[in-house]
Amino acid sequence: MSQDTHNHSHGHDHSHSMSHELPFWRKYIFSTDHKVIGLQYGITAVFFLLFGFGLMLLMRWQLAFPKQAIPLIGKLFTEDGVLSPELYNQFGAMHGTIMVFLGVVPLGVGAFGNYLVPLQVGAQDMAFPKLNMMSYWVYFIGGVIMLASFFSPNGAAASGWTSYPPLSVVADNGQSFWLIGMVFLITSSLLGSVNTIVTAIQLRVKGLSFMRWPVLVWAQVVTAFLLLLAFPPLEAAGVLQLMDRLAGTSFFLPSGLVVSGEALKVSGGGNPILWQHLFWFLAHPEVYVLILPAVGIVGEIIAVNTKKPLYGYKTLIYSIIFLGFMSFIVWAHHMFMTGMGVTMSTFFQATTMIISVPSIIILTTYLLTLWGASIRYTVPMLFAVAFLPMFAIGGLTGLPLGLTASDIHLHDTYYVIGHFHYVVAPGSLFALMAGVYHWYPKITGRFMSDTLGKIHFWLSVVAINGVFMPMFFMGMAGVSRRLYDQTIYAHGAAAQPLNVIMSCCAWALAVAQLPFLYNMATSWKWGKKVESNNPWGGTTLEWATASPPPHENFTTPVEVFRGPYEYSSNKKPLPQFVQEA
Amino acid sequence: MSVIIPYIDKPNPVTGVTNAKLGIWLFLASEVMLFGALFSTLIILRSSATDWPAHGSDVLNVPLATLNTVFLITSSVTIVLSWASLKMKNLMKFKLYMGLTVLLSFGFLIIKYFEYSSKFHHEHYPSTSTFYAVYFTMTGLHGLHVIGGIITNLYLMGPGSKMWKTEPERFTGRIECAGLYWHFVDLVWIFLFPALYLL
Repeated sequence: MSQDTHNHSHGHDHSHSMSHELPFWRKYIFSTDHKVIGLQYGITAVFFLLFGFGLMLLMRWQLAFPKQAIPLIGKLFTEDGVLSPELYNQFGAMHGTIMVFLGVVPLGVGAFGNYLVPLQVGAQDMAFPKLNMMSYWVYFIGGVIMLASFFSPNGAAASGWTSYPPLSVVADNGQSFWLIGMVFLITSSLLGSVNTIVTAIQLRVKGLSFMRWPVLVWAQVVTAFLLLLAFPPLEAAGVLQLMDRLAGTSFFLPSGLVVSGEALKVSGGGNPILWQHLFWFLAHPEVYVLILPAVGIVGEIIAVNTKKPLYGYKTLIYSIIFLGFMSFIVWAHHMFMTGMGVTMSTFFQATTMIISVPSIIILTTYLLTLWGASIRYTVPMLFAVAFLPMFAIGGLTGLPLGLTASDIHLHDTYYVIGHFHYVVAPGSLFALMAGVYHWYPKITGRFMSDTLGKIHFWLSVVAINGVFMPMFFMGMAGVSRRLYDQTIYAHGAAAQPLNVIMSCCAWALAVAQLPFLYNMATSWKWGKKVESNNPWGGTTLEWATASPPPHENFTTPVEVFRGPYEYSSNKKPLPQFVQEA
Repeated sequence: MSVIIPYIDKPNPVTGVTNAKLGIWLFLASEVMLFGALFSTLIILRSSATDWPAHGSDVLNVPLATLNTVFLITSSVTIVLSWASLKMKNLMKFKLYMGLTVLLSFGFLIIKYFEYSSKFHHEHYPSTSTFYAVYFTMTGLHGLHVIGGIITNLYLMGPGSKMWKTEPERFTGRIECAGLYWHFVDLVWIFLFPALYLL
């Protein structure tokens, strides 16, 4: 095609046709095409999300009906069908790990980042296609190790997703699997983030200056920087904990530690708080890794469906950058209760209050974009609009946790669980679902069913609030997180009815996902066909090419002539890639 | 009909760098964070210890480590010379200097082996004290980076150098990236040496 006439001065020969002579395994399994890798990430991540969700559905039975046998399937897990405390701890630790590191991040960064960033900057692929393939497979191996740990002699890791020592150091060997799995996942995200940044910066087409980047590209680049710089300290911490577990060192073990009535035979002299610092130095930026891709997706969808430029685009971008920067200096607000001193607490309390400002600005720009618009309520738009209040609830309930005085009461209660699940589940995950509905026509060339989508949306939005809203009340009543059976305490027993409501809502939420999964699977073949390149009337570069895009993304060279969201000038959208007004 | 990725041999006129060069700098930034976390660990453990178990200058072999420092610094010079030789279109000289680099890196590892085995011989293991834990973990991780560098450099010297015939600019860029990585490995050692052996 026209690419052949596109004269390139490379003296080398890699121009033999890649697109149609490759065997199946090179085209779909070990592919270097960013679109295939994006889909691989997406499918694997959805599998892990369902798996992690499934663990929680089982745990919710124990929480709602303590020490009663799980009906029908309970006997698969234990002899009497009751979820044992050991299994409960493993499921809890692995639920967190799987949802964060194997589910939401790979879906937001691996799938959407991989698929959309090259398209939106007008590149034919990622800058390092082989590295891209490697990053997926390293992630895959990490996931397999995590899953395999369930079958190790004493089961999977059971020290929570935070793996605090000394408990995690003296724990069974599932913890070693966890650490090795994490090293793989960290390596994968390192490779992926280098690739994303280089692609976005180097492979921009002519005319695409930084301030013409779509908000999704900005969000992905800032996310990649967070992954690049925040993950290595956890890798270091993981290596140190592995040394503690396997080589008998005492990085995280203090002197004179007694376990089960016996003094531990180690040199001592370590510092368990050190792990918390290294862990949260990653895990706080990680929160923004979870939310920023969602912010990018929601921005795109709101702009398209309001047919308005995003209000305050530049302010929005600067807020995202500032948010990314600030996220590196708030980590110890997770550690107010460690007794690290008033000075430290005051510093981290102040930075935590500051970081809420850019988050509010982001939400405000989106709300002001909705103001006065004639909104087209497509299914992705429903999810994107729902994201705003859900993320706001998640964000605002974080403020009392960031203030040292109120944190004393709320720390390690269900309130914390409610807070971060509002950010990640009806926040990030709703946005990611919106993204699936929105770009599905671009990826497959077919629409997903509207009716099923609306059923999915309304059931989900009701059920998910039923799961997480009661957690705030339970936390304020003083119920601690990670309890196997809270009814053994008087205040826990008083709040127990809430647990029954939450569990029923969680199971309803699971049922609500069935139309979504059915929709995704069947629309691939039987959905309504997309007639044009640009079914939603978008303005960014991915809508300039065919649906699905060909192997090299753009069959004719593209160029960018204006900013990403120029909708309103003469009532007709002005895509970035069209020269004439 | 095939994918074309620009700026793999010539720099992007806007940013002034090739893809690989931007990539390797980003990678090194993340490596700084990795070793930064380990150095922070050393600082925190040592400053909070009531009685730091051992001082490197007493229990480690400083002359051998000094020799190792010389080896690594020299190898940083030779890898720059190998890159400069390519700039002057001299493949043979490139191979000579790259060979010297690899030889010096092997020298470093051999000395490291003697250091380690003498420690094991005296029954000093990572589990002995937090000092030895830090010593073995940090030098071990650094050693892994040296091994990674040796493998890369051997590949670029051997089968990888075929690229010189077809894409000389891209190949020179690769050597430059390998050199940047090697300087980083060298730099880590320059911090490790005083922190573990002298202080």
